[in-house]
Amino acid sequence: MYGNAYIDPKKANSSLVEGENPEKLAEFEARILRGEKIEPKDWMPAMYRKQLVRMIEQHAHSEIIGSLPEGTWITRAPGFRRKLALMAKVQDEVGHAQLLYNAAETLGKSREDMINDLISGKSKYSNVFNYPAKTWADSAIIAWLIDAGAIVNQLANSRGSYGPYCRALERICAEESFHLKYGHDNVVFLATGTSKQREMVQDALTRWWPPIMHFFGPSDKDSIHSETLMRWKVKMASNDDMRQQFLNMYVPKIWDLGLTLPDPNLKKNEETGKWDYTEPDWEEFKRVINGGGPCNAERLAVRRTAEENGQWVRKALLKETETYVTPLS
Amino acid sequence: MKIVSLDPRVNRSSINQTEESVVLKKLDQFQTYEVFAQTKRGVHHVHVGSVHAANKKIAVLFAKEQYARRGECVNIWVVKTSDIATTEYEDSDIFDTLDEKTHRNPESYKVLDRIKKYKERTSK
Repeated sequence: MYGNAYIDPKKANSSLVEGENPEKLAEFEARILRGEKIEPKDWMPAMYRKQLVRMIEQHAHSEIIGSLPEGTWITRAPGFRRKLALMAKVQDEVGHAQLLYNAAETLGKSREDMINDLISGKSKYSNVFNYPAKTWADSAIIAWLIDAGAIVNQLANSRGSYGPYCRALERICAEESFHLKYGHDNVVFLATGTSKQREMVQDALTRWWPPIMHFFGPSDKDSIHSETLMRWKVKMASNDDMRQQFLNMYVPKIWDLGLTLPDPNLKKNEETGKWDYTEPDWEEFKRVINGGGPCNAERLAVRRTAEENGQWVRKALLKETETYVTPLS
Repeated sequence: MKIVSLDPRVNRSSINQTEESVVLKKLDQFQTYEVFAQTKRGVHHVHVGSVHAANKKIAVLFAKEQYARRGECVNIWVVKTSDIATTEYEDSDIFDTLDEKTHRNPESYKVLDRIKKYKERTSK
């Protein structure tokens, strides 16, 4: 599960290719144009490396942090089968983080640095996980709709240009196919249940809709870097396009269950074939991503404590003679 | 101040809210092992990725958890990344073969033509 990496268009340099060797750059771009993958030791523009590290690292952090709101309901899952499924899903998410950390490592950032940047708050992760899973129905909405959004994103990115990231995403997408089914099953069970169960799932959906609309990030079609990042196949679709794809696939399924969405303007425009909606509150998005959300502090504190509590074991196991080389994958 | 959470596991952990942060040092996460998995008997082991581990026994355990959660695996090998020698992509011209090395192509052996000609010649 994942949220789109957030790139602040104001922060970036004026050009992504400034100072690059034009000959090597042309060779690099031609390789991507031919549909070939870039492998770890290949020459690559500094900004290609930087954007990919940031993107894959944020993706990895999102898997780790995302398992926290979902894990909230493991101890109280209704029934043993759902409990087993939820534990398996959470284990998958943590496993996906490992695959992604490895992919990011091949670009030269150590796992220790990535974990340090996560728990110090320097690195970001998907904003949706800064919201609480208040009831069991929240965990159902997360497993269905957040994972659905993640799959839209991950399928697009798995066609990108960086070999190790694509390979990790292929495995991730294959494993996540059960997550979506499991989430849909849970939502349908509640939506077709008693009036109290319906009320519960409607309430969760209403609360999660704004974060879901934030999920793909602010519009970036006017970003000066989008064109370059798309040519490099770092970015495979604009945030708006992915949001549209998600709405097109899932709003009809939500309405089909007789559930409502808290946006009176949400409807498919028959002329353009696109979905109209009220522009999400991007100030709220920025406030939460910068630490002001309801669960930011808790998420990082839990992660930090896990590192602290495990440190003595790792220290006891570490041999002085060990050396680190970048993994090959 | 303790973190108060919706998650009973977090409450049980009694986590302090603090600004201080642990900093992981180099090698805290150990070195890496490359993982090779065999999907069924009779086929080659194939590289599937890597794991961080303190020793090779733990590497096998992690590899199993990481790369064999959905079955489709009957055997795993792990090897320290640092023990692997590789070629470089930039030297990939070492794999180029010359056009004139047709003696390695089965198609370059035209015995039937010769047999046919021989038969034509001797039958006259």
